[in-house]
Amino acid sequence: MSEWIRICPLEEIPRLGSRVVQTVKGDVAVFRNGSDEVFALRDQCPHKGGPLSQGIVFDRKVTCPLHGWTVQLDSGEAVAPDCGCTHRYRARVDKGEVYLNLS
Amino acid sequence: MTTTKKTRLVVIGNGMAGIRTLEELLKLAPDMYDITVFGAEPHGNYNRILLSPVLAGEMTIKDIMLNDVDWYAQNGITLHLNKTVTQIDRVRRKVIAADGTEADYDRLLLSTGSNPFMLPVPGKDLPGVISYRDIKDTDEMIEAASRYRHAVVIGGGLLGLEAANGLKLRGMDVTVVHLMPWLMERQLDRTAAGLLQKSLEAKGLKFLLEKQTEELVKGESGRICAVKFKDGETLPADLVVMAVGIRPNTGLAETAGLYCNRGVVVNDTMQTYDPRIYAVGECVSHRGIAYGLVAPLFEQAKVCANHLAQLGISRYTGSVTSTKLKVTGIDLFSAGDFIGGEGTEEIVLSDPSGGMYKKLVIKDDKIVGGVLYGDTADGSWYFQLLRDGQNIRELRGRLMSGQSHLGNSGHQGQNNAASMPDEMEVCGCNGVCKGTIVKAIKEKGLFTLEEVRKHTKASSSCGSCTGLVEQILASTIGGAYQPVDTSRKPLCGCTDYTHEEIRKAIVERKLKSIPEAMGFFEWRNVNGCASCRPALNYYLLCAWPYDYRDDPQSRFINERAHANIQKDGSYSVVPRIYGGVTTPAQLKRIAEVAEKYAVPTLKITGGQRIDLLGVKKEDLPKVWADLDMPSGFAYGKSIRTVKTCVGSEWCRFGVQDSTSLGIALEKALDRMWAPHKVKLAVSGCPRNCAEATIKDVGIVGVDSGWEIYVAGNGGIKAEVSLFLVKVKSAEEVMEYASAFIQLYREEARYLDRTVHWVQRVGMDYVKKRIVADATGRKALHERLKDALCDEKDPWQERVRGAEAQEFMPIRFQSKNHVSGDTHE
Repeated sequence: MSEWIRICPLEEIPRLGSRVVQTVKGDVAVFRNGSDEVFALRDQCPHKGGPLSQGIVFDRKVTCPLHGWTVQLDSGEAVAPDCGCTHRYRARVDKGEVYLNLS
Repeated sequence: MTTTKKTRLVVIGNGMAGIRTLEELLKLAPDMYDITVFGAEPHGNYNRILLSPVLAGEMTIKDIMLNDVDWYAQNGITLHLNKTVTQIDRVRRKVIAADGTEADYDRLLLSTGSNPFMLPVPGKDLPGVISYRDIKDTDEMIEAASRYRHAVVIGGGLLGLEAANGLKLRGMDVTVVHLMPWLMERQLDRTAAGLLQKSLEAKGLKFLLEKQTEELVKGESGRICAVKFKDGETLPADLVVMAVGIRPNTGLAETAGLYCNRGVVVNDTMQTYDPRIYAVGECVSHRGIAYGLVAPLFEQAKVCANHLAQLGISRYTGSVTSTKLKVTGIDLFSAGDFIGGEGTEEIVLSDPSGGMYKKLVIKDDKIVGGVLYGDTADGSWYFQLLRDGQNIRELRGRLMSGQSHLGNSGHQGQNNAASMPDEMEVCGCNGVCKGTIVKAIKEKGLFTLEEVRKHTKASSSCGSCTGLVEQILASTIGGAYQPVDTSRKPLCGCTDYTHEEIRKAIVERKLKSIPEAMGFFEWRNVNGCASCRPALNYYLLCAWPYDYRDDPQSRFINERAHANIQKDGSYSVVPRIYGGVTTPAQLKRIAEVAEKYAVPTLKITGGQRIDLLGVKKEDLPKVWADLDMPSGFAYGKSIRTVKTCVGSEWCRFGVQDSTSLGIALEKALDRMWAPHKVKLAVSGCPRNCAEATIKDVGIVGVDSGWEIYVAGNGGIKAEVSLFLVKVKSAEEVMEYASAFIQLYREEARYLDRTVHWVQRVGMDYVKKRIVADATGRKALHERLKDALCDEKDPWQERVRGAEAQEFMPIRFQSKNHVSGDTHE
């Protein structure tokens, strides 16, 4: 069963930025990109666990602040030649509110 | 609706230049073309320059494949192997292969490479007489080596010597025959060639110089049996390898009526006289030159791809080439004009019995060429100086001893990659050994420093081992290695425009936001990337201190959070302690904050202040409020600290009040953003306890005033600063130091430290702007004051609530926020 959880209004996440959501499953980074799409990833880089929420967002990607890996927001996969994956959660916008699904 | 068929691109020639062009094109415009490739050989694209190690038994064919057949399939490219194109029908725009295969084109790319030149002597078509060009030739040599004894290589150039060495290693008795008085005369002067010949003789090779071949003699079996020379002498031979040169393969182009003149003639966009047809690689004649080395071909490929992708903003203007011989155990490097002549001078360092020879040819204070033998560690450095046309007047004294400090720490003091064993660590940041780098270069077909960095991480962090990595790259792929042209550096992969071009346009075109700048320069990637956004943000901030609204999302997290991120995601807080001078009250406050927030580590920094490490991000605004001290900017590309000694106020040696000047400087520069971090120091006497001579700006007090030094560095690579000027008063120090820093802020590239910028523009330039030009100096000083006068302290701003969401995580009690399935 899938549970959608309301997080916050979209405008409370900066465009090309993110917010950290503290959940029972640990910190989740919820991103908003330049075209107001939202994405959610476990807030851990596949490389050394760096907080992806703190990275620079562009296109559908985020660059980890610790060692510069770039991770794909829509899949959680590291961009080649780096190799690794972080857990992706479902996120969406509805009537200006951001929802997250942890299942 | 534009659902018409895609434009068709046909490539004739499945070699390194043609396929590199496709790779570059696919990066720029992956879906623009329907691509068809014709290759005369039965293989995918392989690294032709590594045929020598294959012949020598050091690598296999599999190792040198760059693009296997799967690659073409994955990229939707139609590949015709074993098919030689024999006709281009320019009217009907189609190409026809020998077997009748046809392909229509809208754009055609010629990359037919070159043909080995065969001496027109009797017997040149005998079995056992071959050239050295492709996998087939290499296989034939390996086969011959297993069955026959005597090999003769005609041609003592690069290719001939590599062939001879390989055949010798495979057990043949090898003689190299050369028409000229010394080996590799196009790359070496006589002295270096003599040393080379000696060491090749020590490996068992034999040489016949100034020998002209007259006939290749047929034996009883019908195979070659001997080489006969003009002087009547003969030499037994079961295998003859002709390596006397290559000729651009222009037959097809000429038949099609394309203008050729020792190569298919192209313009600076790699376009032939038929605007639909482009050409790259060894078949091309560009400004009268046909290149036979890989590095220039890759530059051509990049330009050609840019135009095929219809971006139209790139030009090929020719290449300076360098050569490295790929014979294990022989270290040789040559570039540019190594002979010299009128108007040039030479610096020579020669130790023949030690097997070492270095010669640099210099013209107008610039390196124009050179030959290195025995110790080529500095080859890439010299080549870089040559390519960049850098003025070497200030380097002259230490030029020949080389770039002895490639980096001072992190790789055990090594500065010569050749002498390092495979298991030795090259990159101390990422733990990468030499063997790992060599393996990646060979297996993944890497050609540039950037590629090596991406794949191995070596030199991608602090960069101190860059020189070593470049050496490893150069010695692994030889002449194919081309150091990056640092004089023209695109800002990042999102654009081809340079830092300088972009900075100029920001000012002249009054671009006042990141989207405007990206739009003006037609950025390739939407929102740019993590490299260009911080750079653009800085450039805009520097150009428009009043009008530009800083973009926090384009700042690296440290500058966005105004604290330093640590490996566990916590932050460190460094309050400003001007000049390193503090008070009991300040110290008490710091102690109380540390206790209140259970700060795990308190550390005295190298910049004479105190670091509170391990603070949770959400606590930052509270910590700042309680500290009630200014931000120390320890996290930014910004002013860091002004280190001071106690100076004349206390010290019995002190002759100037270094502490007061240091504090005044730090206050004047407070809250200043810069291309990179900026560190200053002020010492009260020449004992220089504040270590001012390794700072971006260092001031040393002397009895009669102050000496100002600039462009020093104490970090990754220690650099002693250079003397700028001596002044009498503290006010003058303020003016000169500020002016220097403002010039750096306005003209350096983002992430340049002062040392990198000054090395590029030269100290003469800096002196001209700062010392000689009093009006300009004052104006620079004023502009800096102007830029800083309204800057607010970022910590106080955030204590007042600015950017609050940045620091607040979202928590939820799941019950209250569950929205159920209604939104599914």
